[in-house]
Amino acid sequence: MSTHDIERIFREEYGRAVAVLVRRFSDIDLAEEAVQDAFATAVQRWPTEGVPPSPAGWLITTARNRIIDRLRREASRDDRTQAALHHGGSLAGLPEEAVDDEIGDERLRLIFTCCHPALALNAQVALTLRLLGGLTTEAIARAFLVPAATLAQRLVRAKGKIRDARIPYRVPQAADLPARMRGVLAVIYLIFNEGYTASSGDRLTRDDLCAEAIRLGRQLHELMPGEPEVMGLLALMLLIDARRAARVSADGGLVRLADQDRRQWNRAMIREGQALVRRCLARNVPGPYQIQAAINAVHSDASTSADTDWRQILTLYNHLMAVAPTPVAALNRAVAVAEVEGPHAALTLVDSLDLDRYYLFHAIRADLLRRLGRLSEAADAYDTAIERSENAAEREFLERRLTELRQM
Amino acid sequence: MKQYLLSIYQPDGPPPADLDLTRIMRDVRALRDEMKRAGAWVFSGGLHDASTATVVRVNHGDALITDGPYTEGKEHLGGFTIIKTADLDGALDWGRKLATVLSPLAIEVRPFHDETTH
Repeated sequence: MSTHDIERIFREEYGRAVAVLVRRFSDIDLAEEAVQDAFATAVQRWPTEGVPPSPAGWLITTARNRIIDRLRREASRDDRTQAALHHGGSLAGLPEEAVDDEIGDERLRLIFTCCHPALALNAQVALTLRLLGGLTTEAIARAFLVPAATLAQRLVRAKGKIRDARIPYRVPQAADLPARMRGVLAVIYLIFNEGYTASSGDRLTRDDLCAEAIRLGRQLHELMPGEPEVMGLLALMLLIDARRAARVSADGGLVRLADQDRRQWNRAMIREGQALVRRCLARNVPGPYQIQAAINAVHSDASTSADTDWRQILTLYNHLMAVAPTPVAALNRAVAVAEVEGPHAALTLVDSLDLDRYYLFHAIRADLLRRLGRLSEAADAYDTAIERSENAAEREFLERRLTELRQM
Repeated sequence: MKQYLLSIYQPDGPPPADLDLTRIMRDVRALRDEMKRAGAWVFSGGLHDASTATVVRVNHGDALITDGPYTEGKEHLGGFTIIKTADLDGALDWGRKLATVLSPLAIEVRPFHDETTH
């Protein structure tokens, strides 16, 4: 058992351990410190004594004992710690395995706390990665290209608001659940997208964030197995991430879907994603994540780009526009229209959209203009797309397209 | 229970001519009664226009009195309600009801320090 293995177990169990202790002691900092202390103990003991049968149970019991010891020392000073001690003590005396059995739902409460709409979106993202993902402040800061001190401050402020405004640790009531669930899914998908296409900077994919988002999606699916949109989001992320190896060329450039070497796609992830799509669609409660997953499942079905069932994809985009009409969905639908009805019909649709600030709007317009033989307009549109893109790999891809266009 | 301040911010000057003040005041009273029945109401009040405000400052024992509200701006605190609920979700539920009655005005929900809860 190496430190690396222990770290992996720790990352896997961190969220569960913090969640159960937050619930018992209502203090995030206290819970985090105790779980980190327990981890330090594990690094010392497990290599010689072996991993306990229930690592999560062990971490929680050890961390809880730390908290109780600490609170006992402080108890004479403060009534509130007496109360916390009283609540936290309810786990005392249970064997580690029993502690393990009790904790499933506590993570779900913590997810809803981290993604509470009273917190700023960037704080929701940071808290979710920190508390449920077990990522360090430094790792989160690196992934989002912000100084570690800024991110630490963001976490302190968010935890302060949870404490002072008393944001509850609770799964929302049925009436609020759909809206709050959308918030949680949006946070996970934002983490995924940040990993998939870095909005700025040089690296096209930040694989850790994608893996983390998928892990959070799996957790949520495990905790709310009946929720079709949770399944839809997990399927969507798996199907997109399955193409990661094919999406970047040997020299680090961006390869579009049509040009990808499909043999490099991850078949296991595609199978898992497609199975999830079938299961969630069978429930007949379609939502935006399920439909987007279904669109990606159709792409995954085609062994070559020419085999793509664009009619099916267009039908799905029509559903998406009925369920969640956004300008970006309309833009993607226009790409399918170009394949089914031709570039002229697609360009008419694209030109009716108000997406001037979005680089892909200009990139797609440029491609349609090129296909219509309106080359100088296409070149102008590529220029605008290059201007609007914040990602070096995307910019480079667009510049390549522009060079090709000029040689036509 | 925890106490929260629900602040109503409104634009300075007279209300728009088409505003049905009678209806709004009736709805606000009905909501206050609902808060009382739920055991959530602590205190509430509406304020005169910000132009009636006076600011007092004491420097080295001397009181300096100036006309007008403390903050510059086109919107000021127009009234407030203090409620007690179990947590922020409970307070936001009442905030949503108040904002519905007073739409399009925004309601700021802010927690009191626990020491004030007795």
